[in-house]
Amino acid sequence: MSPEPAPLLRVAGLVKRFGAFRALDGVSFHVQPGEILGLVGPNGSGKTTCINVVTGLYAPDGGEVLFEGAPIGGLASHRIVHRGINRTFQVPKPFLTLTVRENVVVAANHARRDGAAVGVDEVLASLGLEAHAAKPAAELNSVQQKMLDLARALATRPRLLCVDELAAGLNPGELDRIAERLRALARSGMALLVVEHLMGFIDQVTDRVIVLNSGKEIFEGTLAAAVQDKRVVEVFLGADDGS
Amino acid sequence: MPRSLRHLLLAVLPVTLAASLLPAVYSNQLLLFNFVVFLTLAQGVNVIYGFTGYLPFGYVGFFGAGAYGFSLCVIHLHAAPPLALAAGSLAAILLGLLLTPLLRLSGAYFAIANLAASLALYQVISNPNLTDITKGPYGITLSGVYQPALSYGTAVAIMTATLALTVFLRNSNFGLSLQAIREDAVSAAMAGIDVVRARTTAWLLSALIAGLIGADFAWYVSVFYPDTVFSPEFSIFAIVFALFGGVATVSGPVLGVLLLYGIYNVIGISTPQYFQLIYGLLIMLLVLFLPNGVVSLMRKRGIDVP
Repeated sequence: MSPEPAPLLRVAGLVKRFGAFRALDGVSFHVQPGEILGLVGPNGSGKTTCINVVTGLYAPDGGEVLFEGAPIGGLASHRIVHRGINRTFQVPKPFLTLTVRENVVVAANHARRDGAAVGVDEVLASLGLEAHAAKPAAELNSVQQKMLDLARALATRPRLLCVDELAAGLNPGELDRIAERLRALARSGMALLVVEHLMGFIDQVTDRVIVLNSGKEIFEGTLAAAVQDKRVVEVFLGADDGS
Repeated sequence: MPRSLRHLLLAVLPVTLAASLLPAVYSNQLLLFNFVVFLTLAQGVNVIYGFTGYLPFGYVGFFGAGAYGFSLCVIHLHAAPPLALAAGSLAAILLGLLLTPLLRLSGAYFAIANLAASLALYQVISNPNLTDITKGPYGITLSGVYQPALSYGTAVAIMTATLALTVFLRNSNFGLSLQAIREDAVSAAMAGIDVVRARTTAWLLSALIAGLIGADFAWYVSVFYPDTVFSPEFSIFAIVFALFGGVATVSGPVLGVLLLYGIYNVIGISTPQYFQLIYGLLIMLLVLFLPNGVVSLMRKRGIDVP
């Protein structure tokens, strides 16, 4: 067996409870540098909660989150960002009264200190926001605000980027462009964790998927294999009552 | 010319010069002193509300803490005014530290909790059972250190430093981080900002500003009662002035104080009923049509307002 490279992120037995409800009930997975891992599953299966724990919005109630071998579960978000993890939000959360450029400058100011500084203008240009740089973020449409969320995340030079439902609401042209952007980021060595409902988009960008249901992972492999899996089909389409 | 230098020359220098020179030609120094106090307090509100997003309805608590920190230091330790000013600022900062858990609240909840805290402090200080320590409800007399000229000059210095601080916030990465927190604390954390540390710093700076000017107020007036320095009017005026001019700028709160406190002094004392009518209408119009203050009229036209 060829030795696997050490994973960038390893999540083991992750548990997150809200009262009696176990949103995450022992989830385990890992992501390699340069890999795009899809996180799919029905509504309420724990995909976003998973990202929220990895990025420090929630402290885990059990299990381990290791980033580059070091435990990060329960660290404050800004510390996790400084380690090299960032994310976008399902509903974009820009700083509305600040200009588009300032939104990204804030993040670049607090980026990881090692290595080259990130070019704010390059990030804006790579996401088609350069023409709007001087506008307040409140004047952007929702797709542009999603791109701004992504720009802010990239400005902190993450090694792991979590993308939460970026594709919803994009037109086919925009989808192709953003898929190509994400693939380019992965080629540069960045690991991506992509939560998405659009299976076409998942198919287009991911190398591998994890299927979650009720806070547990029920499948790991390629999307093509996932759609053949009996349990996955059952979760998405319901069990066949006749059998 | 760097933007911050331009802001200093346009918004700070004229105010400081006017405050320094006017006593030579205008005899009502107390009125000028009150202007300086409100110019300072409005900027203090600007730091914590305009930049960071917390509406401090009990802001006067820091002012009162500063005034009592100064006075008790003079009365019990016979300290010289500079040391007593430091004691006043320390009292305000300690109160600020005590109240940092309130920053977990947001919006109206923070405003109400902060108001309650300032009322509680007022009740403690004016408690007759503490007369030996705080002089209770009978008030403070500091005739031994009464130095109107020196304490007026100190107030102008405190105001100038506060204005300079706002220029810094308006033009620095730290100020931008605070505004990011104001807009969305979760996103600010994902931008790598240590949200708790940044907002605590802003909160304590804001407390320090009110504490310093409160201490200087005690020195300047030298005779006052607890309800003088804990009057809710200080909080309300400072907030309204800052909002009227436009927060998160340097010139907004300055304009707010000059216009509104000016109107207050022209008609508020002689015909208070008209003053209340005009004030009320003005605030309603403002909230309806100019929620970002007077300076937003200029900012909308692309003018870089200091």
